Amino acid sequence: MSGIKFEYKLEGGDFANAGKASSQIKKTLKQLNIASKTIKRVVVSLYEAEVNVVAHAYRGKIDVEITVEMIDIVIADEGPGIENIEQAMQPGFSTATAKVVSMGFGAGMGLPNMKKNTDFMNVESEVGVGTTVQLKVALVDKLVEN
Amino acid sequence: MTLKEIANVLNAKVVVDGFFDKKAVVTAVASDLMSDVLTLDEEPDILITGLTNLQSIRTAEFADIPIVVVARGKKLTPEFISLAKETELCLLTTDFSVFKSSGVLYKNGVKEIY
Repeated sequence: MSGIKFEYKLEGGDFANAGKASSQIKKTLKQLNIASKTIKRVVVSLYEAEVNVVAHAYRGKIDVEITVEMIDIVIADEGPGIENIEQAMQPGFSTATAKVVSMGFGAGMGLPNMKKNTDFMNVESEVGVGTTVQLKVALVDKLVEN
Repeated sequence: MTLKEIANVLNAKVVVDGFFDKKAVVTAVASDLMSDVLTLDEEPDILITGLTNLQSIRTAEFADIPIVVVARGKKLTPEFISLAKETELCLLTTDFSVFKSSGVLYKNGVKEIY
């Protein structure tokens, strides 16, 4: 089912703009009268993903599709990739720089928090190429495909 | 406590008088680690922080926290203030430390969320 689509671009190191996409999605979801707890889950996950791209990658692209059933987000970056996804999913594991830590992040909590806040999460990565994260948050009781 | 009372007991300046529709401030969280704030299941009324980059405003925006208190008398950039305005947050600054701000609010009945 096709829904409302959004596309955003991200630049590595551009911390000033990390959160812009999440902010616009929040406004849209509010206009659509989505429950505030659901909006929070979506924007917290998306913001964590935005910070990850800005913190680790060279550039990235966010595609958001909102349908009656769910919010489907794909964040694809060109960057160093993740060597061991299982390890990266462990709370507390981080490869963040001091700069990222000074921004209030880099505690190894991003990916686990995205997992916690979404109904579906998939991470694919190739070292030296980039990482793609897909997130889905259901707007109905059951997501058929999951 | 009302927002005005909060500003009073913290000897704080209200930099942005944003949108706060609740009658009273009930809960607060204090953190410089935005990752921690983003894991909260509940929504405190106040975020007390010493972090003055845009991420603290963004974090409050996404974690649904309507009031940000910047402690330790930190200087705010125009970008920080304009982002707070844009996101309709209430932004306060105090010379008190994060510890003292928390202590004063706690003494005045503001509670933790966990």
